[in-house]
Amino acid sequence: MASFTPISAAIGGALIGLSVALLMMLNGRQAGISGILGNFMVFQRGEWRWEIAFLVGLVGAPLLLHLAGFGLPHPVMPASWGAIIIGGLLVGFGTRWSGGCTSGHGVCGIARFSARSIAATAIFMVTAMIVVYLVRHVWGGAL
Amino acid sequence: MSRVISALVCGLIFGAGLLISGMTETQKVQGFLDITGAWDPSLAVVMAAALAVTFLGFVLARRQAAPVFVARALWPNRHDIDAPLVAGAAMFGIGWGLIGFCPGPAIADLSTGAPAVILFVVAMAVGMAGNNLMRRRNTPPVGKEPVLEASCG
Repeated sequence: MASFTPISAAIGGALIGLSVALLMMLNGRQAGISGILGNFMVFQRGEWRWEIAFLVGLVGAPLLLHLAGFGLPHPVMPASWGAIIIGGLLVGFGTRWSGGCTSGHGVCGIARFSARSIAATAIFMVTAMIVVYLVRHVWGGAL
Repeated sequence: MSRVISALVCGLIFGAGLLISGMTETQKVQGFLDITGAWDPSLAVVMAAALAVTFLGFVLARRQAAPVFVARALWPNRHDIDAPLVAGAAMFGIGWGLIGFCPGPAIADLSTGAPAVILFVVAMAVGMAGNNLMRRRNTPPVGKEPVLEASCG
């Protein structure tokens, strides 16, 4: 239990839920991020404008919070650009193929008790846990 | 126009949630996935809180005659667990474990301007476009309805 942060996790999670709930109540759309980006790239008439606006908000939030005194994100990335490219391709192709990601299946779908989303979430969670186990404890370290 | 502004506000709230919860940090996400190491259960709390609020919001949304800014809500309508769902989720899981990024945090972290994050998001977009193309080739487009992704979003 290295760095369990339940309070900020609960506040942040509630905000994510609020965003998903508001997008449904105001715009009648599901806030699945892979769906929004993937659909944005095919420019559907009447849809792409709100999709890019949502994505701009996603990038803008850390910048606005930074002005309010929050630290910017500081993700630790692998040194290997090959690993980053492979990881990005897998996440992009996989989320579109399965029709959702952590937000689309993990939040929106499970909140609707969708069997598809519960299955997808279980699969990507377990797969990711196996990969982290292999990378950290079998191959012993960073990429 | 109101649809665009409401989506911008929703994106801002979503991004704030990711940053405050710590999910913009790949190492924190991988700490959750590292169940045999120094396990950090924070992401489970994030999901539980997000699910509770989403569930309540969806109950309210279903009671609305229509969403505030559009004529009709689009709810996902598929229920089958098919091979693309399983294979795609497994592929996603491999990439997520490898890097610690799922799509939302990766996009939010473009705010850092870090070349490695930009590279990941470009690769992710290429992967999505590749799958879009593959599916378009396999299934002819139907009608004028916006195509709703299988389960969500």
